Amino acid sequence: MNLAGHKKSFHKKGFNQRTKAVILSVILAILMLVIYAFGFLISEKAVGTDVLNAKRPPSWAHPFGTDNLGRDLLMRTLKGLSVSMTVGFVASCISAVIAVLIGIAAAMGSKLMDGIINWVIDLMMGIPHTVFIILISFSLGRGLKGLLVGIAATHWTSLARLIRGEVLQLRGQHYIAVSRRLGKSSGWILGHHLLPHLAPQFMVGLILMFPHAILHEASISFLGYGLPPEQPAIGIILAESMRYLSSGMWWMAVFPGLLLVLIVLLIDRLGENLRTVIDPYSAQE
Amino acid sequence: MKDTPVLEICDLSVAFKMYDSVFGQRDLQVISDLSIKVYGGEILAIAGSSGSGKSLLASAILGILPENAIVTGDMRYNGQKLTPELQEKLRGTEMALVPQSIAYLDPLMKIGVQTDGHKKPYPKEKRRHIFRRLGLSKSTEKLYPFQLSGGMARRVLVSTALIANAWLIVADEPTPGMSLEQALEAMALFREMADDGKAVILITHDIDLAFAFADRIAVFYAGTTVENASALDFRTKPDALRHPYSKALWRALPQNGFEPIAGVQPYAGNLPQGCLFAPRCSCKSPKCEQEAPPMRELRGGEVRCFYAT
Amino acid sequence: MRLEAENVRFRYHKKQAWVLKDLDFGVEQGECVGLLAPSGYGKTTLAMLLAGYLAPSEGEILLDGIPLSTKGVCPVQLICQHPEHAVNPRWRLRKVLEESGEIQEEMLASLGIEKEWLNRFPRELSGGELQRFCAARALMSNPAFLICDEISTMLDVITQAQIWNKICDEAQKRNMGVVVITHNLPLAERICKKIIRLDIIHNDNSFPF
Repeated sequence: MNLAGHKKSFHKKGFNQRTKAVILSVILAILMLVIYAFGFLISEKAVGTDVLNAKRPPSWAHPFGTDNLGRDLLMRTLKGLSVSMTVGFVASCISAVIAVLIGIAAAMGSKLMDGIINWVIDLMMGIPHTVFIILISFSLGRGLKGLLVGIAATHWTSLARLIRGEVLQLRGQHYIAVSRRLGKSSGWILGHHLLPHLAPQFMVGLILMFPHAILHEASISFLGYGLPPEQPAIGIILAESMRYLSSGMWWMAVFPGLLLVLIVLLIDRLGENLRTVIDPYSAQE
Repeated sequence: MKDTPVLEICDLSVAFKMYDSVFGQRDLQVISDLSIKVYGGEILAIAGSSGSGKSLLASAILGILPENAIVTGDMRYNGQKLTPELQEKLRGTEMALVPQSIAYLDPLMKIGVQTDGHKKPYPKEKRRHIFRRLGLSKSTEKLYPFQLSGGMARRVLVSTALIANAWLIVADEPTPGMSLEQALEAMALFREMADDGKAVILITHDIDLAFAFADRIAVFYAGTTVENASALDFRTKPDALRHPYSKALWRALPQNGFEPIAGVQPYAGNLPQGCLFAPRCSCKSPKCEQEAPPMRELRGGEVRCFYAT
Repeated sequence: MRLEAENVRFRYHKKQAWVLKDLDFGVEQGECVGLLAPSGYGKTTLAMLLAGYLAPSEGEILLDGIPLSTKGVCPVQLICQHPEHAVNPRWRLRKVLEESGEIQEEMLASLGIEKEWLNRFPRELSGGELQRFCAARALMSNPAFLICDEISTMLDVITQAQIWNKICDEAQKRNMGVVVITHNLPLAERICKKIIRLDIIHNDNSFPF
C-alpha cells in the first residue's frame, strides 16, 4: 500500500528506520503471542454465566462490562480473539500455500495454463469476498470447516499474482540459464534458486493476509454463517450485542469491536514492518 | 587561459556511513585525498578500474552524492569555492554530467523534449544538428527512453551535455555499448568542445580511449589519483611514466606485452595503511607500508610515490 | 571435436526481423578464434546460440556433427559481458562456484580469487572480481569449448590480462576451443590465431541492423 512512502522515509533516515522496524516487529510479534496465549489460558469458569451480575456497565471488576448472561466481556473478548486468530492463521496459511503453488504453476506452465489461471484470479477478485465466503460456508454446512474453506479459497489471489510475477521475472534471469547449462535439473533450480527468493515474499504475503482473514471470519460469524453461537468468537459477541445496543448497553459492542480493530491494525503493521526489514532493496543502501 | 583552472580539486575525500549488520555502523572511505585540475581547452581523462570510486567523483563534482556521504576537501570552479548552492546553480547550465546509465533519463519524457533541457528558447535546431552528428535519426526525438537500444541511449546521454553548452563537462563512461565509429564521433565532439575553450573530464576504464583523446591523464587507483601526466607520456613508452601502477597498466595492454601484475585493487573499508599500491608494488620499502606518499611534482607531471624517478 | 553453426538463422519472434541470417561458422578443438563486429551485429545472440542458451530458428548448432544436447552439463560454456547478471545475487560466492562442482583451490589461486571472497555476496565485489568467479565456474565444468562474449569490455586492463592469461593457459593445457567475441582488435590479435569479421562475412547478405 504505502510501500513507496516507506522506502522514501527509509532512505532519508537510513539506518535508524531499519533498526526501528526490527525492534517494532519483535515487540508486535510478542504482543500478538501474549494475547493469543492469554485467550487460550482463560479458564471456562472466568467466562461462565453469572446472572446476578448481568448487563453491568464497565467497572474495575469488569473493565469491559458484562453481557446479558453476566459473562465478563474482557475475558470473553480475549478468548474470542484467540479463536478468531486461530481461524485466521490456519486459513491464511492454507491460502498462502495455494497462492505459491498456483503462482508457480502459472509462471512455469504452458501459456494456456497461465491464461486460465489469470482468468480465474480475475474472476475471484471480481466477486466480493464476503458473498463468496458466505456461499462456500453455507454450502459446506457453516461451522468451522465451512468458514476455513471459504476464507482459504478466497484469499490466495493477490499473493498468487505477485508470486507469478516474481517467478516470471526470475525465469528470465541469466543466472538461471547458466544453472541449466551447468546441468542442473528444473527441480534443483526450483529448490535452490526460486524458492529461497520467494520465501520472504511468502512470509510478508502471509502476514498481510492474516488481518483480512480475521476480519472476514468476524464478519461472517456476525452474519450468522460462520462459527456456531456457543463459540466465544468476536463475530458472535458483536452479533449478540446488537440486540442490547438500542437499550443503551453500548459497552457490549464498543470494547470487543475496538479490540478487534486494534489487533487487525497491529498485525498489518507487523507485516509492513517485516517488509521493510526483508525488502532486498532497502537492505543495504 | 591557462592561469585559473576551470575546476580545481584539492584533497577531496568522500566517505559513507554504512551499516554492516542490523545494528553495526561505520564510515567507509571511498575517495581519499584526491587532487585534480582541469583547464579550459583540454580533456582530462580519469582512468581507473571499475569499483575504484570514479563515478562517485563525478557525483561529488556535481553535488549529487547520496545524503549519507561525508565530503571533505576543497573544490573550486573558476577560482570560486564550489559550495552546494553554487553547484545547484551551475548544474545543467555551466556544469553538465554525461551519466553512465540510461536510468538517469526520465522514463516518461520524450527524448527530444528531455534533451532540450530547461533553457528557453529551446535549442531545437542545435539539438537536431548534434543528433545528426551522433548518428541519431530525426525520429529519435519522438521516442521514449525505453525504446532506445543500448548504444543509442549512450549517444542521447552524450548529446545532453553537448546541447546544454556547458563550460565543464563530466562524462562518466560515455562510450561502452557504442560501436567504434560512434565512439570516435562522440570523442570528436568532446574534442571540439574542448577546442572551444571548455573543460572536459572524461571518466573511463578504457585506457586506450583515454590515451588517444585526452590531453592529460589522471590515473585513479583505490579512490585516489596516483599520477597526473600528459597523455603523450602514455603513448610513448613505460619509462616516460612515473607511478608503478601506471607502468603496470601500460604493460598489461594487449598491444604492449599483455603482462598483468598479480593481485587486485584494495577495497574501500579494507585499504592498506600506507601507500595504497604498496601490496602489489615490486619496488616497495617498509616506509611505503607505514606512510602514504604525498603527491609530488616530477618531470612535468605529478606522482604519488616516494621512489618514482 | 568441432563446434559449428550450420546455416543458422535466428529471430526472437516470428513477426520480427532476423537477428542472424545464414550463418556458417566453425571452431576446432584447441583453436582460439576471434569474432569481431561492431555492436548490433548479433554477436551476443551468436554466443547464446553456440552455448545452447538459445535454440536457432533455422539451422543447427552441431558438436561433432550431433546437435547440442539440452540436458546435462553442456560441453560448451559461456562467459558473458556482465558478470553481475550471471550470478544469483542472494547466494554467497562459494555456492555460486559449487554450482559447477567441487571447488578447485588451484583454479582460484591462479585466477587471483581470494579465499575470503567466497563468503561474500555478489554485490560486495566489483565487476572484475565477479568475472573471475564466472571464469572459474565455466572452467571448473571442464568444457570442450568456451565462448567468451565481451568478457573484459567492462574491466580494467590488468584484470583483463589476468583473466585472459589464465583462460589461454587452460585452453592450451586441456586442448579446449575458445571463441573470443570482442571489438578490441589488439586483444583479439594477441590471443587468437584466427580472426573472423562478422560484418565482412555478411556484406553480401544485406544484413539487417
